[in-house]
Amino acid sequence: MEVLGIPDPWVWGAYIACILVTLLCIIYGVLNWNKGDEDEEGQIKEELEWEKEELEMEEKELGF
Amino acid sequence: MDLLILSIVVLIYFLMVGYVGYVAWKRTESSEDFMVAGRTTHPYIMAMSYGATFISTAAIVGFGGIAGLYGMGILWLVFFNILIGIFIAFVFFGKRTRKMGHNLRALTFPEFLSRRFDSKFIQYFSGLVIFLGMPLYASVVLIGAARFMETALNLNFNIALIIMALIVAAYVIFGGIRGVMYTDALQGTIMFLGMIFLLLVTYYLLGGITESHQALTNMAYLVPDSVKAVGGTGWTTFPSFGSPFWWTLVSTIIMGVGIGVLAQPQLVVRFMTVRSNKELNRGVLIGGIFIFVITGSAYVVGSLSNVFFFQQMGQISIQVAAGNVDKIIPIFINSAMPEWFTYLFLLTLLSAAMSTLSAQFHVQGTAIGRDVYETIFNRSGDRSVLITRIGILVAVIIAVILGFTLPGSIVAQGTALFFGLCAAAFLSAYTCALFWKRSTKPGVIVGMVMGTFTSLFWLLFVYKKTAVSLGIFKAISGQNLIINTLPWPLVDPLVIGVPVAMFFTVVVSLLTKPPSKEHLDKCFEGF
Repeated sequence: MEVLGIPDPWVWGAYIACILVTLLCIIYGVLNWNKGDEDEEGQIKEELEWEKEELEMEEKELGF
Repeated sequence: MDLLILSIVVLIYFLMVGYVGYVAWKRTESSEDFMVAGRTTHPYIMAMSYGATFISTAAIVGFGGIAGLYGMGILWLVFFNILIGIFIAFVFFGKRTRKMGHNLRALTFPEFLSRRFDSKFIQYFSGLVIFLGMPLYASVVLIGAARFMETALNLNFNIALIIMALIVAAYVIFGGIRGVMYTDALQGTIMFLGMIFLLLVTYYLLGGITESHQALTNMAYLVPDSVKAVGGTGWTTFPSFGSPFWWTLVSTIIMGVGIGVLAQPQLVVRFMTVRSNKELNRGVLIGGIFIFVITGSAYVVGSLSNVFFFQQMGQISIQVAAGNVDKIIPIFINSAMPEWFTYLFLLTLLSAAMSTLSAQFHVQGTAIGRDVYETIFNRSGDRSVLITRIGILVAVIIAVILGFTLPGSIVAQGTALFFGLCAAAFLSAYTCALFWKRSTKPGVIVGMVMGTFTSLFWLLFVYKKTAVSLGIFKAISGQNLIINTLPWPLVDPLVIGVPVAMFFTVVVSLLTKPPSKEHLDKCFEGF
């Protein structure tokens, strides 16, 4: 069987598989578009504190 | 191509990149702003930045050229690039890396591994592997862009290489620190538009999708005898199973790069700078489309260049390129595309090279400064920043020197070798770090060292392509290879190195004391 002018299933299979896996990414992205930011606020606060700590430490160590 | 027009176009391009970098930098002047900017980073910016770092001139020029030689079977690499490089990397590895990286306060990939397993050795060992291995990858990215300049401008290759290196060095040194995500996104967009245009025009020139594939299928009888002898069957059919052509395509090109991407230090770092899983979820969509268009276009166009060259000149691509795979895509674009597009495409390649190289040089610099110097001498602060800068400079110089000395048809091979080395060294450690609580420090260290050295041993003594050209075994014993029985000389180091690393990591882990509960609780907090 030839698909899109390609005779070998191992090759047209790859062509089709690329399209399907891209669709998988699109569907996953759409379904989870707004999910996953539940712990964001806390983490940003924590990292801000670390950044401050680090700046203080640098000031102490380097003296400027 | 006109040098004057080119200079103007490149100048405009740099003004654009500079402007975007400046705006990004303006918006993030205080460190607090910087964090907030990170939080509000549009997922488009994040995914484009990942994609532009992932995909370089190596993918477009090198692997596009490989497609011209091996045909459309290489589309499996597109499939793996999306499935593993985007979907699995973002959804399964990325989310855990982000969280664990946060728990461990890690900034670099070696630091991440070393804190997870509480071992300084892991940090400087991986730092060294990156610093010593990365120049090969960086130099083939440079070669990819320089080959295009060579063809488009009729320049001497060495001069093109130096021009490219100067442009990139200026970019890495003067810019690309804070605004790097934004400039990456701009470069990603240029790459995206350039490649989509290239694909559409190629299909249009050759009479449509099915028609052009059909024309390529009909050319199978033109496969040279030398290629037939090693298993090539045509450009729309897979090579004969188990032939040298098959092994190179499957074990080096498709698996090496397809799997190796998971353990790429410059990509893993991207996950650690992401604020929340939301960006990763959205990034899957944008990244998936990006990789599909860029690599899919490059490989389809590379394969179809055979039809164009045969219709126009009566020769197949590899003959037109005088045997150098790396020249197929540059020659095709110069002869098939409108002249204005060659300028745009040069920008596409500049973008692809710069976004990848800036990340590579940055990772190499921090590898030597933070991971090796700071860890071994137990110092931090201003000196390590200086060492990092010097590290970047040394990395650029090594890449250029390698660029002069490496042979033709090297871009895809060099990329695959580096990806394979990273996979052998880091993949088992990284996977266990994220998914296997029972893995221990000795287990990971032994696995990492065994994986790296098995892979190097294979490269120097067994794998035909590298062992013969390096000639180390020949100098010792007078013979080319340790093992001459097929298929071993054709099997990529990755196929041996990754399982060896995995085996030792698991066995030694099971034989040694499990890590303490407190340490694991700290690493896996919030999982």
